Amino acid sequence: MTKTLNNRAWFFVLPVFAIVAFSAILPLMTVVNYSVQDTFGNNQFFWNGIGWFQELLDPSSQLGEQFLSSLMRTLLFSAIILLIQVPLGIAVALSMPREGWPVALCLVLMALPLLIPWNVVGTIWQVFARGDIGLLGWTVNSLGIDYNYTGDPIDAWVTIIVMDVWHWTSLVALLCYAGLKSIPDAYYQAARIDGASRWAVFRTIQLPKMRRVLLIAVLLRFMDSFMIYTEPFVLTGGGPGNATTFLSIDLVKLALGQFDLGKAAAMSLVYNLIILAICWVFYTVMTNVDAERERVEA
Amino acid sequence: MARITLDHLAHAYKANPRTAEDYALKEINHVWSQGGAYALLGPSGCGKTTLLNIISGLVRPTRGRVLFDDLDVTDLSTEARNIAQVFQFPVVYDTMTVRENLAFPLKNRNVPRDRTARRVEEIAGLLDLTRVLDRKASNLTADMKQKISLGRGLVRPDVAAILFDEPLTVIDPHLKWQLRSTLKEIHRALDITMIYVTHDQTEALTFADKVVVMHDGAVVQTGIPEELFERPTHTFVGHFIGSPGMNILPCRVEGTTAFIGSTMISLKRAYRTLSDGEHIELGIRPEFVRLQPKGAGLPVQVRRIDDIGRTRIARVEMNGRPLAASIPDDISIEGSEASLVLDPNHVHIYANGHLVAGEATGGHAA
Repeated sequence: MTKTLNNRAWFFVLPVFAIVAFSAILPLMTVVNYSVQDTFGNNQFFWNGIGWFQELLDPSSQLGEQFLSSLMRTLLFSAIILLIQVPLGIAVALSMPREGWPVALCLVLMALPLLIPWNVVGTIWQVFARGDIGLLGWTVNSLGIDYNYTGDPIDAWVTIIVMDVWHWTSLVALLCYAGLKSIPDAYYQAARIDGASRWAVFRTIQLPKMRRVLLIAVLLRFMDSFMIYTEPFVLTGGGPGNATTFLSIDLVKLALGQFDLGKAAAMSLVYNLIILAICWVFYTVMTNVDAERERVEA
Repeated sequence: MARITLDHLAHAYKANPRTAEDYALKEINHVWSQGGAYALLGPSGCGKTTLLNIISGLVRPTRGRVLFDDLDVTDLSTEARNIAQVFQFPVVYDTMTVRENLAFPLKNRNVPRDRTARRVEEIAGLLDLTRVLDRKASNLTADMKQKISLGRGLVRPDVAAILFDEPLTVIDPHLKWQLRSTLKEIHRALDITMIYVTHDQTEALTFADKVVVMHDGAVVQTGIPEELFERPTHTFVGHFIGSPGMNILPCRVEGTTAFIGSTMISLKRAYRTLSDGEHIELGIRPEFVRLQPKGAGLPVQVRRIDDIGRTRIARVEMNGRPLAASIPDDISIEGSEASLVLDPNHVHIYANGHLVAGEATGGHAA
């Protein structure tokens, strides 16, 4: 293949570079700048080198311990979210109607939670799960189950997870549904002729054809759940105690609550790198399966 | 192995069909004999895929029965029918190797592993797939994938018939011939009934022992390729088969004479006086219409001459009606005036589209 070289191309990508520089690179560099300095207010800054990073990554320090526990909570949360939402999303997609007016109805109903602003979702569930006036909280309590998400850490976790499942499972389901719709009828007909069971059809036709959309779904849900802030902030404010203080909540407390710009900047960078690293792992693992197959064939 | 009988079969996709137009498939009675190679030929939308899907059980007919030998299978599910089907677009299971693909139908039917393995090797040998057996099926070429689809049908030793739904659509032209001859060989080797759906007359005529021509949801003629060519029983068959198709001209018939406008054509056979209400047409294939220099015969104007390689076809006009005629090799036509000579043995008369038999006479030449 011959490549056409044309230096005018640079002229066309220049505006994009400019926008990215202003919107992403400059702010990021500001954060990098803060992360190596200390401040005592009054806009006075002192060089601190990699001090903040050392403290952050040292679990025996107070900052390090706090960071590690928030990180573990966030990782656990993301893991639970993926484990629930991906299989559930696939199941919902599989049971959705394929044609006729129920399709439109289903799509609209499922898109609804996705359209609600995040702080409104938090507010809805904050009221919904209250023991005194919330429909859910009151019902659960009157069934004899002691449920109080503001007092009990487990209850708080369950509430946040159920809220997130309610909010985001339809995204996974819609993506999977799009994947399923792209499978030609002939595949199902051939499978019937070959005598394949329902499970075999899922394993050999539907799941392989959904793999690409599932990659997108897993990446999106991981990133979103790992960065979750608004809903738990509105619902529990990170409590009870620190039970639902995820990394993002921790970060905001540090940066805006205590105005520890240096620590917060260092934490932002590490947080960012963790997300990038995990996404890279997901992406590599899931696309490698493809590459592996093609290599075997070649 | 089975004979397949279609008994008063009809299908409508709409609920509560009333008129004939509601039926995608009009009533059909047909017997596919065991071991035959059939082609189901017709233009897109004529109901041939519907018919195929009814035989394989993917579609349940609105009326009528499907019998395998003497067993009524109308209500049997696809998997219970011992039918294999190859689709227009190749279907392979992407995640499996070719071997696993071929073994899949047997695995689903709980056939013992060693027997499956033996059978897969055997079929792979037959289809020339042995050297790719351990490769993944997903990245093979379309013709290989079609062979795998076919192979998944063939591995089942009990399979009664293999149905092909335009299987060569996505195959490269130079591989079509190869794959088609593979099909023929397999048909000879395995004595399986094969029904091959296509809209391509070359495919149909080269593959099949017997061709079933469908038009507008109904079977219009069943016969060996020669019959379809020489004695089309319906103007549609005349027009659809052949390249170019049959010349069909509205006419009036009295006894042994046909009148096309003011032109008189003598016929080999005598026809009853055909009533006015019927739409009478005369049909003759271009192969049996010879173009001659102006002289004896029917006067025509030459519009165009197409050289189609082996022969030349003249597009002419007779009394304002277009016709196709063949030009004998030794004749060259100058100017636009010429004459036509019709072979009376191959002139057919149609009433409302259907062939009228007529009665043999001693016959006088035109």
